[in-house]
Amino acid sequence: MLHFSKWKSFTIWGIALLGVFCALPNLIPEKSLSSYPQFVQNLRLNLGLDLRGGSHLLLQMDKNVLLEKQLKILRGSVRSVLRGKRDGTGNDSAIRYKNLSVRQDRVEFRPSEPAELDKAFQRVKTLVEPLPATSFGTSSGNNLTVEKEDDGRIVVRMTDAAITQRVGTTIDSAIEVVRRRVDALGTTEPSIQRQGEDRILLQVPGYDNPEKLKTVVKQAAVLSFHLVVRPATAKEAEDGLVEPGTTILPSLDQYSSHYVIDDEPLLTGADLANAQRGQSPSTNRPVVTFRLNTRGAVRFGDVTTNNVGRPFAIVLDGKVISAPTINEPITGGSGEISGNFTVSSADDLALLLRSGSLEAPLTILEERTVDASLGADSIAAGKLAAMIGLVGVIIFILVAYGRFGIYANIALVINIAMIIGALSLLQATLTLPGIAGIVLTMGMAVDANVLIFERIREELRAGKTAISAIESGYSRALSTILDANITTFLAAIILFWLGSGPVSGFAVTLSIGVFTSVFTAFVLTRWLIAWWLRSKRSSKVEMPI
Amino acid sequence: MLKGIDFIPRGTKIPFLSMRMIAFALSGLAIIASITLFSMKGLNYGIDFIGGTSIEVRHKGGPADIGDIRAKVGALGFGDVQVQQFNDPRDVLVRIELQEGGEESNQVALDQIRKSLGDDYEFRNTEVIGPTVSEELTQAGMIAVLSAIIVVLIYIWLRFEWQFSLGAVIALVHDVVLTIGIFSLLQLEFTLSIIAALLTIVGYSLNDTVVVYDRVRENLRKFKKMELSSLLDVSINETLSRTILTSVTTLIALFALFFFGGEVIRGFVFAMIWGVVVGTYSSIFIASPVLLMLGVKRDWSGLGGAKFKEPGQA
Repeated sequence: MLHFSKWKSFTIWGIALLGVFCALPNLIPEKSLSSYPQFVQNLRLNLGLDLRGGSHLLLQMDKNVLLEKQLKILRGSVRSVLRGKRDGTGNDSAIRYKNLSVRQDRVEFRPSEPAELDKAFQRVKTLVEPLPATSFGTSSGNNLTVEKEDDGRIVVRMTDAAITQRVGTTIDSAIEVVRRRVDALGTTEPSIQRQGEDRILLQVPGYDNPEKLKTVVKQAAVLSFHLVVRPATAKEAEDGLVEPGTTILPSLDQYSSHYVIDDEPLLTGADLANAQRGQSPSTNRPVVTFRLNTRGAVRFGDVTTNNVGRPFAIVLDGKVISAPTINEPITGGSGEISGNFTVSSADDLALLLRSGSLEAPLTILEERTVDASLGADSIAAGKLAAMIGLVGVIIFILVAYGRFGIYANIALVINIAMIIGALSLLQATLTLPGIAGIVLTMGMAVDANVLIFERIREELRAGKTAISAIESGYSRALSTILDANITTFLAAIILFWLGSGPVSGFAVTLSIGVFTSVFTAFVLTRWLIAWWLRSKRSSKVEMPI
Repeated sequence: MLKGIDFIPRGTKIPFLSMRMIAFALSGLAIIASITLFSMKGLNYGIDFIGGTSIEVRHKGGPADIGDIRAKVGALGFGDVQVQQFNDPRDVLVRIELQEGGEESNQVALDQIRKSLGDDYEFRNTEVIGPTVSEELTQAGMIAVLSAIIVVLIYIWLRFEWQFSLGAVIALVHDVVLTIGIFSLLQLEFTLSIIAALLTIVGYSLNDTVVVYDRVRENLRKFKKMELSSLLDVSINETLSRTILTSVTTLIALFALFFFGGEVIRGFVFAMIWGVVVGTYSSIFIASPVLLMLGVKRDWSGLGGAKFKEPGQA
């Protein structure tokens, strides 16, 4: 066990030096970093949010809002198949129906003539389509189920698979929208990941205004322009009885509490080419100015030309933010939204309009925000604790094992450098519990050496010569060292799987520590001791332990 | 010549096994006390598990005025509010219970607190955990601890024999229960990172147990005729210096973290320190005596040893 061939020595030191080399860029001060090559700049610890400050938000898409929206579309399709095709072919006659409505998870109606139940059922069934195959290549069934109820109703539901698929595509596009919004805030390196079926994990390091971040991220920001039918009162809104093809919405302006608006939008957020905060020349108040794309500009020009004198409502997320009157045709393709804005809320709205809307609002399930100053304090405390712990362990080992202790300590220092190097190389996140993991590894890494050295002492006492005591010390301790480290590693894997942020950071350092400490404590110290033995050039060696 | 100092006297013959009844009584009492405490006082669960809002604020100039914070936050009407000073006279921890009315209501509460304290205080650390996530974390935490124990059971069973496996797991459960007991007694905050500490304790305590068991197995081969209780005593004594030295180095590192690592991880480190002490005790006084009670198979000369399994089973 004490013989190392040249290539073996070379490999051992190569691995150790590689680890140390990967750790070195972390010693470069922030200021002079840019003068180093890119790969050196990349080899730095990726600090977790608890150390560098920032916000961690777990967002969930409101599935119900999405479902309701889909069901409204479905209601439209049902209405149109019942109305029948107007192409003059056979089965195209209109089927009369009543009570066509969206209820919780379904669309239902009742044919006016009970005799037409079957016919209506067959007609609605034409809406059923197979879903596109999933990425696993299996068919995921149909989009809808249609059922005849005994009481003469027909009930249409979206299948679970269809809802899942819809939520999936919506979440994917929401991630893009969130990314644009967060980028627009001027943040650096935000991380945005999908989690599970309907969640987004957003991590924004170093941004110091979590309130603004949250406002900007979670709002749906669905914008549309509608013609106003008439102002309305709160009482009417409660009753909810309005003309067909219109909707009553609450208002945020000071003129009326509600407005009845035309369902058909004149323009939507998708027609916008750009939006900026501006200032109204007449009132000096903040406004949001927008520019339409070509198609939108043409449509808006037509609509405003035909409706001079009428008010139109600017609707954001189901609320009328203002209802200006069309004084003259707006053909230039630009306009402004005035409302009850402050400078910052006008900025936010402009940003939201530029980045696009979410199909459903996002709910914050979990928020963890750490101020950068606390992060800096934690780093300082972690460094101090690590240094003191290291010095304490080094002195103790030195006193306990003399010369062999020096070797164990060399291995320990290389071990820590290798952990830091591996973390930098893998770009794994270092959290405060992660620093604790490194400090703990120091304590546990010397365990392997303690096992070996205590074993060597025993073998010496049993009367073995120095060399054979060292040989059997290493070989006999190996199985114990492996057992001990495998169990720690198993615990670390479970921890990683449990892992929310900081905890999984701890698991990562712990498991890297298992590998590096077996390497340094078992292989490196053995090499060092073999080297020391060779330098003795004598078979009678006085053992330092 | 640099020579090391042997701290632990050689050839100790401490009759650990004869102390087993005292140890069992002591541990039994401690376990009963822990379970009683847990069922009467419960744990001071952090917001990871019960949801709610936890905010660390620092006064922008001078010491914080706890009474003022309590009055201001209390006036907002968000139910149970805990305000406590920690670390530095400027720093205060504010905790508000989980708000009724869904995920968003917690955000509303946070928003109002920001408005009412924001002029005088910096918000250094803010955590808002809604009902969905707290439920998931509680579940994940329980599954993690249970699966760790099961994985360990299986690993030790594969490497040794079922008696060893059972002994190791009894020792582990002992450590975990006592840790929960001390957290209940002192009403220290029980968070997700404490679960992480528990799992690390599981790893560490096992480490100790495995070292002793390895030696027991070796001695079972070496001294085929020795009585089991003396054999266990010899094994524990032979590994005693290692057990103590490793505990000391780990404790040196942990105490450095406890005193200098900052408030954020103090609870986590406390759990580990406790775990190292209890884990060291249990691998000597619990794990090995359990082997004596279960009995072990004596013939380890076969390769797999599987066909000799039967006689050993009590």
